[in-house]
This record gives sequence, structure tokens and C-alpha cells, in this order.
Amino acid sequence: MEKFEIVQSGAVPLPIENIDTDQIIPARFLKATSREGFGENLFRDWRYENSGNPKADFALNNPRYSGQILIAGKNFGCGSSREHAAWAIYDAGFRVVISSYFADIFRGNALNNGLLPLQVSDQMLQRLFEQVEKDPQTELVVNLPDQEFYVPAWDEKVTFDIDPYKKECLINGYDDIDFLVSQKEAIEAYESTRPWAY
Amino acid sequence: MKKTLFDKIWDAHVVRSIPGGLDVFYIDRHLIHEVTSPQAFDEIEARNLPLFRKEKIVATADHNVPTKNQHLPIQEPLSRLQVDKLTENCSKYGVELFGLGHQNQGIVHVIGPELGITQPGMTIVCGDSHTSTHGAFGAVAFGIGTSQVAQVMASQCLLLSKPKKMRITIDGPLHKGVSAKDLILYVISKLGTGGATGYFVEYAGSAIRSLSMEGRMTVCNMSIEMGARGGMIAPDETTFDYVKGREHAPRGEQWEQALAYWKTLYTEEGATFDKEYFFDASDITPMITFGTNPGMGIPISSSIPVNVPTGEAASFDKSLQYMGFAPGESLIGKEINYVFIGSCTNSRIEDLRIVADFVKGRQKASHVEAIIVPGSKQVEQQAKAEGLDKLLAEAGFELREPGCSACLAMNEDKIPAGAYCVSTSNRNFEGRQGPGSRTLLASPLVAAITAVEGKIVDITQYLN
Repeated sequence: MEKFEIVQSGAVPLPIENIDTDQIIPARFLKATSREGFGENLFRDWRYENSGNPKADFALNNPRYSGQILIAGKNFGCGSSREHAAWAIYDAGFRVVISSYFADIFRGNALNNGLLPLQVSDQMLQRLFEQVEKDPQTELVVNLPDQEFYVPAWDEKVTFDIDPYKKECLINGYDDIDFLVSQKEAIEAYESTRPWAY
Repeated sequence: MKKTLFDKIWDAHVVRSIPGGLDVFYIDRHLIHEVTSPQAFDEIEARNLPLFRKEKIVATADHNVPTKNQHLPIQEPLSRLQVDKLTENCSKYGVELFGLGHQNQGIVHVIGPELGITQPGMTIVCGDSHTSTHGAFGAVAFGIGTSQVAQVMASQCLLLSKPKKMRITIDGPLHKGVSAKDLILYVISKLGTGGATGYFVEYAGSAIRSLSMEGRMTVCNMSIEMGARGGMIAPDETTFDYVKGREHAPRGEQWEQALAYWKTLYTEEGATFDKEYFFDASDITPMITFGTNPGMGIPISSSIPVNVPTGEAASFDKSLQYMGFAPGESLIGKEINYVFIGSCTNSRIEDLRIVADFVKGRQKASHVEAIIVPGSKQVEQQAKAEGLDKLLAEAGFELREPGCSACLAMNEDKIPAGAYCVSTSNRNFEGRQGPGSRTLLASPLVAAITAVEGKIVDITQYLN
């Protein structure tokens, strides 16, 4: 996993609530057996006509918007557990998704892939949408070590929460497997306490 | 401190807690399928790790499989590749596989329970959000991502923070013609598609207790559709009767030992939840969805809401535009061209019986394509043994071979763009059943009646 510290970038707004993982990456594109290449089908049916031509009114095709930060309506990533959704977003070049809340499984998948799910209040989310709409060139600075982000034009810093363990993992590029494998003795000791079970 | 059902099982599976609030959490059963496992096997191989407890993993092929001519090679090359990859990985690592053609093959959340692999008190995970289905047995069961699939392969554990707890109590008798599917669509319509995010749900109350295991599985299955991490129901005699004698169920002395433990699995009087909801079963009527998330459900005889849910204007408008419906409109009389009965929500023998019983002596409307896809080989065999296949065929329904089928359009079964499908599956997301497809979620009975009528009707006329 790549290390994550500070991202300074423009943002792409998707002011739609309840975006499910079937929209992020439709099931028919889940047939690959590797993790790479899902970015080209990110938001496939919102982004492209059936013919394959880009839909001009979709934010990812709008030349006004660009950057490594995706801002989306509340309850982002609901539905299917497919980690392909996090892979697709990352593969398309995003490193941060901002929303007012995330579906649980998507949040976990994002964190396991170096993609920061940054949760803000409903009011802050609205303010960010308005800011990016007003000035598409707006850059955000997301500082994970300090758990804060700011929009230079605002002259204020906004803090955000993240699980301290997951923060360390992101900053150092660690994942859970190394840690869990290191717990082998404790796991075996646990197993020996329930010999009858399952 | 009094414990809930969820507390008891969660706490019994904590290997150790690490500073900061995360638990090393032990997993009793790991179910895998062809879509979300290949990258996990790659991960294990790249790190040169063994499977920590391969005997706790069970595999099947379900998402990609065709539901016709399963004895022939899979036509679609990428689907075939994924199914072949699963076979190859299972054989290489010694994992038990119920692959295509195996008598136990089927949808992962149908075969676990029917083989007795799913048992009360267990922790069960799968790279599939509908793993919550297994909670019907009083298990802590939830969907995980592929990175976590690899973690469980490597350590039989996950690193998790304990979710918040919610109880949803539904008391009273259900009306005639109101099924478990209507009950859960009703609950989701009240809580919304994100209403249980961050929570693990326990379903309780006399309406829940009165459900069969099949019905309880339908309820728990859709927990994720309101954002819940999982859903569960305390085990009781209905549960024990279902599990007893199944292939992987404990036997003899072990059965007695297990049973004694399972009987301790309930929420103690006075235990607290972070959130509670109470519903009256008599308020529930047959349901149908009108929008593009499972929270957008209404009683079939009422109208699409005019008032937009707070803070969801963008998705509400987009949803109705996609579906071709207007606020305030009734769905009664809408012509339907496709009916799909199947999926991990409603493809069990009880579901097939309800459909066969209704269509007996009737005919589907000529403009409707009605397919019915059993959840497993065992369900298929049982349906044939009971003669349901003949009743269905006479009514013009096509009984297929088991798989996820048109629930998610990963295989050959798809609904065409623009067409309406009344479906017993779990998701009505845009394009879920094929690009441009329009899904209306409902119970097996509503689906069967729709197929016969060729349009949405108020089903109460059939109930007396």
C-alpha cells in the first residue's frame, strides 16, 4: 500500500446522495482476477453512453473539474461489498473521498487501499460543493498526520476524525495482514480455549 | 452488565483487544466465491503465506454461472476464467469447493444454511454484503472486502472495532399475504437506505419469532440495504429444528453440547441498545419499491411520495427520472415485462412453493418473461421431487439452474435497458439487473401475481 501524508489538489464534485458501489463499478466489470485497471470503468454507466462516448454533463468528464479528491453526497459507497469500488476510485487517480458519511464496508475497503474516506458534517459538505461550484480551480489541502484540511481561500482549518491505528497504517503504508500474522500465538492460544467449538 | 445476543457472540470471539479500541476478532467460518476471492489468493501467494485454517473455508461458484446448460462449459470467457481460477485456487490450497455441477453447488448464502455449515453462535464472513443472511441463525455474520478475505485466509481473524447495537422489534401477527420480504422492505422504507449504518441489528418480537428459517433469512439478508453491518435473530426451537440432522451439523453428544450453548444465546432482560425501533406487524401490507435504492419502498396499493426525504433531493429526483415515474403516481396498472424470482433473498424452497402454489392452474401473461432460479442444486432437486417444476412449466415460468442470475447481471441473465422487472432480489440500484434496467423489488407472491396479471395489481383481491 502506498504511503499517504498530505494531498493538495483540486476536487471533483458529485452532489448525489446514496451513491452505491454498483454505480461506482457495475458488476459486469468485476470479472478481472487482478486489482488493476478498474479505473477505466469507474462510474461507467454515469460516465459513458452505451456507445462508449463520454457523457459531457458528468463531473468526471467536465474539464472544469480535476484532481485527486472526490466530493460526494452522503452515504457514499452503500450496497455491495465489492472492494473493486475502492480499487476503481484509486486507479482513476483519486486519493481522498469526502462525504458526510460512508457505508461501513466501503470505508474499510478504502482504508485498506490507501484511499482516505474523509467524513465531514452535512453543512461542511454543502459548503465544499458550493465552493467548488463557484471556483472549480479550488485546491484543498488534506493533511492526514495533523488530521485537518483547509481550503486556502477560507483562511481556516477543519479537523477530521480517523481511527488512530488506521491513520498509522495509511501514513506508513502498512496493512492489517502483517499485524494479524504477527498475532499467531495469541490466535492459537485462543483456539485452544474452545476445542469443542465449530 | 446485561448482555445482548450480539455482545455474547462478539465477546466470545475477541482474541485480544489492542490499544485504540480495535479487536483481533476470530472467524469460525469463511465462505468464498469466484468474484471476490482471486485477488485474495494472489495476496496470500505474493506473501508466501499458508492458509491459516483451510478447513474453516468453504467455496462455491455462484455469481458468474449461467443458469442454463450448466453441464456445458461457460460461454462467456471472463466468467469462465473467474470460475476456473476459483477451482484452481481451491485445489492448490486444499479448500472444499462446491463448484458448478456439484450436488451442493448454489448461492453461497443458500448453501451455508442448508448444509448445516451455518450454526448459532458462529462468526461467519464472506466477500459479499449479503452474508448478513446467516444472522438468521443467531450468528454474527457480515460481508467483507477482498483485503479482509486475504486477512482471514492468513490468520482466521480480522481487526475490527465493535459496531453499535440496534434492536428492531416487530410485534403482532402478520396479515395474510404479507411475507418476510414485505416485513423487511417495510422496515427499510422506514429507516432509509443508510439508516442503520454503523450498527449491528437484532430483530426481535413476535412477528419475527413466527417466521420460518427461510423467512428469517430473507429478513437478515436485507440488513445491509439499510446500511447495517449485519442483522441477527436469537436462535430458538425453529432454528434448532432446522439445523438438526443437516450434513455439517453436530451429532450425538456434540449436538447436546452445542444445543446447551445455543440456548444461552439471547438478549438478557435489561440489556441496552444504542438505538431501538418498534413496529406493529399489523401496519405492514404487501410492499413494492418505486426507486433506485431499497429504502424507496411503498405499500403496493399506495402512491409514490410527493414529499422528498430530507437531504436526499438529488438522488430522489434522479431516481424517479431513471425509473420513469412521477411523485404522487400509483404503480397499480403499470405494465411489466419481466419477472425474476431468485437471489440469496428469495430462492429457497419455501419461496418456490409460494410461487408454484399461486400459479397452479394459472398462466403467466403472454408479454411477460418469468424466470425462477433456485438458490441451490438441493433446492432445485427438492422442487422437482415435489413436482413444482411441472406446475411452474405449465404456468409458463422457466425454472432455471442455480446461481445469482439476474440479481446482478454478471452472468448471461440480464433485463434489457428501459424494461421493468418485478424482482424478488435485494437491490433496485440503477443498472443492477443490466444497463438501463428498471427494478421493482417485491415478495415472491407479488412477483408471481405480477407475472400472471402482466401488470402491477393490488394483490389483496387474491388473498380471500
